[in-house]
Amino acid sequence: MATLWSRLNDVAGLVATPLVPSHYLAILNPLWATHTLEGRVEQTRDETNDTRTLTLRPGRNWRRHLPGQHVRVGVAIDGRRVVRTYSISSSPDRDDGKITITVKAKGPASTFLARNVSPGQYVSLSRPEGDFVLSEAPRQLFVTAGSGITPVMSMLRTFELRGSMPDVAHVHYAPTDRDVIFGDELRRITDRYPAYKLSVIQTRERGHFNPGHLPADWEARRFFACGPEALLEQLPPGATIERYHAKRAAIPRDARGGKVHLRMSGLEVGADAQTPLLVVAERAGVAAAHGCRMGICHTCDVTMQSGCVRDLRTGELVTEPGTRIQPCVCAAAGDVALDL
Amino acid sequence: MNERAIEELGKELDAIEAEVKASLGERDRRYITRLIRIQRGLALTGRAVIFASLPLVSSGAPFFCVLASGAVMLGIAKILENMEIGHNVLHGQWDWMNDPEINSRVWEWDNVCPSDQWKHSHNVVHHTWTNVIGKDRDVGYDVLRVTDAQPWKPAYLFQPIYNFVLMLFFEWGVAFHDIEVDRPLSKSKHLLRGIAKKATRQAVKDYVLWPALAGPFFFWVLAANVIANLIRNVWAYTIIFCGHFPEGVHLFTEKDVEGETRARFRVRQIMGSCNIEGGRLFHLMSGNLSHQIEHHLFPDLPSNRYPEIAPRVRALCARYGVPYNTGSLLRQFGTTTLKIWRLSFPSPRRPAIV
Ligand code: FES
Repeated sequence: MATLWSRLNDVAGLVATPLVPSHYLAILNPLWATHTLEGRVEQTRDETNDTRTLTLRPGRNWRRHLPGQHVRVGVAIDGRRVVRTYSISSSPDRDDGKITITVKAKGPASTFLARNVSPGQYVSLSRPEGDFVLSEAPRQLFVTAGSGITPVMSMLRTFELRGSMPDVAHVHYAPTDRDVIFGDELRRITDRYPAYKLSVIQTRERGHFNPGHLPADWEARRFFACGPEALLEQLPPGATIERYHAKRAAIPRDARGGKVHLRMSGLEVGADAQTPLLVVAERAGVAAAHGCRMGICHTCDVTMQSGCVRDLRTGELVTEPGTRIQPCVCAAAGDVALDL
Repeated sequence: MNERAIEELGKELDAIEAEVKASLGERDRRYITRLIRIQRGLALTGRAVIFASLPLVSSGAPFFCVLASGAVMLGIAKILENMEIGHNVLHGQWDWMNDPEINSRVWEWDNVCPSDQWKHSHNVVHHTWTNVIGKDRDVGYDVLRVTDAQPWKPAYLFQPIYNFVLMLFFEWGVAFHDIEVDRPLSKSKHLLRGIAKKATRQAVKDYVLWPALAGPFFFWVLAANVIANLIRNVWAYTIIFCGHFPEGVHLFTEKDVEGETRARFRVRQIMGSCNIEGGRLFHLMSGNLSHQIEHHLFPDLPSNRYPEIAPRVRALCARYGVPYNTGSLLRQFGTTTLKIWRLSFPSPRRPAIV
């Protein structure tokens, strides 16, 4: 029966071919679309002087997240779509169906989100992802730094909405007290739940992580850590820790040539700054699709997963992971990973 | 023109390209996303108007007026979709936006020709071998004689007729364009399969599903949809045939293009293409193929920029003495049609069979 229904659905969908009916629904309201997923910005709220929380109403295609999961958010900056990952800071148990992300104005994409996006605008979303998720363990430990508090906030808010807080020790690092994102709310939770013990380490005064900051019984607790890589690296080795950090490689602006990782073929080859990547791939024995070989036909287009290439025609650097590049007219500018 | 001048011209063209590329931004994104929304809205409205005419079916003239206006709207929506949107998206003109939908990889257009085959026959073959006899399959689309250099055969006597048929069924001509008649069938099999799949879906939509939704008025909706597709076919044919066939266009031989540099390649693109003059709406409706010269120079620059590039290219051409073929639609289409008629007869000056 289900298959008959989906068959009928497919045939009915043909009225819109080569599109799907959802493309037409999306003209009326982007949130009704099922072929993509967008969210409407409903509200913005400044948390600290460089952090802003966006409340989003996700479209019909959304799936409820688990506390701690993240979502990829896309916006067009200067016409170009950039996508970044943000932890969801709200609890899935919120009854209005909205989600919040908390964005620190750092780097062009996040700065854009934290400063230039206003209610009524739409952003593209992925479905929630990630396995840094809430645990039912009776005793837990959160170690967070800066905006690394966001996924943990979703967990705390969930405990709060359920009305039951496990034994949670929370060590949070921030430059000063004023920089603590969700500071007021954390204090409120502290007052309300004796089982929640927060210690804020002001790094301006007391420096960064040191094992002495952890509660004595840390080994008996379910350990979640979220923050910059520098923090995660210092955590006690050998411990079972749920770690989460958003990483972005820095790109050397003046890089010349580099290592080319051809992911599909599992090869890594060196390349100079002049040889088109198409030629580099071919020399490595990879038969890459191509047509004109001079940047006209786009037959050769391939996704750059990471790294940096230079467009040989314009000299422009392409650094955005996930961009489609034309390997017939682009050369390595530093290390690069291609879907070839 | 000497080599030096050609290379210099090439550099100036490169500079235009780099400048426009660097200036792409939010304004351009808004242009294409808005256009796509308008086009989809128009298509939906056209279909709605067709259905709205049905209750009037016994009223005679009012019925036909409403039905026809619905068909025209749908036809215009199809023109926009195929020309200003589809053709240009498939060229990768909007790939810089990094949009998951508006890009040449995934875009599928409202036309019986599958996008992936089009990208090969058009973007690769035609745009690389523009106007090279024996290489560019758009020269006469394999069935027409469009230059004295093509040897005459008696079959060409009928070319005014099948030229007309090609106009009516243009989307089908485009779809089968990549199938080389002289190639063994087994080689074309997968292409044919792709066309069959795409064409079935297209035909089911316009000629079965939508008419069926009208129940007893099946044939009226069918008729309206046929007309909409005809409007698109005739218009697309008209514009596209003005691209490389009008009087004064240059054709090339394989020898001409041996060892061609990028700059020489571009000069060939200019000499082998023809523009059509008109207003803004006309350029939009022609998918900016009225700027065929600029399109062939910069096939992956967004088409909304061609109008601002055109005067610069034209001035460069004047400065370097490269012919820049432009004229009214009447002139370009008229000379094209006359040429097709004339060339159905053997050429007087050359031997018919070389
Ligand atoms: S091969 Fe034609 S664009 Fe790269």
